[in-house]
Amino acid sequence: MNRFERQHFLPGFGTTAQQKLQASSILIIGAGGLGCPAIQYLAAAGVGRIGIVDGDTVSISNLNRQILFGQDDIGKNKAITTQSALKKKYDDIAIEAYPNFISKENCLEIIKMYDIILDGSDNFPTRYLVNDACVLMKKPLVFGAIYQNEGQVAIFNTKDEQSVDYRDLYPTPPSALEVPNCNETGVLGVLPGIIGTLMASECIKFLTGYGETLADSILFYNLLSNKTYQVKLSKNPQAESYRPENVSAFQDIDYRDFCGLDQEAEWNEVINSLANNDQVVLIDIRAKSEFPKLEDLTHLKIEMDALEGSRQQLSKYQHIFLMCQTGKRSLKASIFLQRIFPDKYVQSVKGGLNEWVEKRESTKYNVPSTK
Amino acid sequence: MKILAFGKIAEIIGQEELQVDNFPNTEILKGYLYQQFPDLQKMKFSIAIDKKLTSGDVSIPMDVEIALLPPFSGG
Repeated sequence: MNRFERQHFLPGFGTTAQQKLQASSILIIGAGGLGCPAIQYLAAAGVGRIGIVDGDTVSISNLNRQILFGQDDIGKNKAITTQSALKKKYDDIAIEAYPNFISKENCLEIIKMYDIILDGSDNFPTRYLVNDACVLMKKPLVFGAIYQNEGQVAIFNTKDEQSVDYRDLYPTPPSALEVPNCNETGVLGVLPGIIGTLMASECIKFLTGYGETLADSILFYNLLSNKTYQVKLSKNPQAESYRPENVSAFQDIDYRDFCGLDQEAEWNEVINSLANNDQVVLIDIRAKSEFPKLEDLTHLKIEMDALEGSRQQLSKYQHIFLMCQTGKRSLKASIFLQRIFPDKYVQSVKGGLNEWVEKRESTKYNVPSTK
Repeated sequence: MKILAFGKIAEIIGQEELQVDNFPNTEILKGYLYQQFPDLQKMKFSIAIDKKLTSGDVSIPMDVEIALLPPFSGG
């Protein structure tokens, strides 16, 4: 008896498919809501080598859906935590952890070491980056994404030139203004659980040739209605000009910028800029009813809807930082305000007040005394 | 013909299913949708006809099923 006995018994799967799985390698990008369920089933199924890329740390609000983690993991790196949890469970597979965010600098090197890539990231810049890298490296890409109660699953790049990729579906990313702000919208943990598990199942089928995959198709799933909708994809001539055709063109794309995310600043940049500079201002755009209040830092309170009406008051500043609870609303507001003040530097504070509260206690931010 | 909407598009339209008259092509259909639901102009979405993805302006046969497919990014 061994731990794969039930897979050996499965008609059409058997020891042949099992051996293929054990000889395969998978890279999981993001050990979040999608990555957590996917990686657990892939490791349990016996995929021989699994890599996990994630530079993020576990926070308490992750726990409703990122079921590999518990309260004792808060503050720990997700890739490392996943690796040690899985190593404890299975000593017959290799688990590799990359405790960094996937980036233009590291992704080609990492991706080339694996047979198939699973994208469980949570933002458009990463999705386009991973897609383009997989096209360049000719790697099959299992794609999954969610919005509120709905999910999408697809496999791209299954066979060289003729297969479709994410850009055939959406040639360019949405602007930051139209990006549905996922961290601010709610989600039931079961939705990424279902979509992540579908992604794992597509990986297993693709690697073993068992059943039919979603290759060149996309599946929409609705948790509330239980409806699914499958669309056959095809090459989109409009996508051609946007897809980098070689490594150097790939390196030239600013994936963060083209999704409008250069609008963001880290808290330490805010603190440094605010110090001794009266042309810099920090504005809390949250409603008065929102808690906790921002303490320790000099700032203005102007609610989002009142920004336009405050042009006069704001005109004396050169550099305007906007903040909200999580950094999503302030990102939208920063793009809006940038249009009103095209010659000023308007940025949203990444992570918002949540990040401030979490990091203030640590030595990471050396807060200057404020007036 | 029937229009199915997903994600944020369904939110903007206010329902997941819509019955409309036939439209000759996807550009004219989009123009109609933008006029009825101005917030759609800010949205990026793909169009499928009878569960097949289209790109560019394509003609729409009679009585087909149209799906408006926005990108999701969450994970």
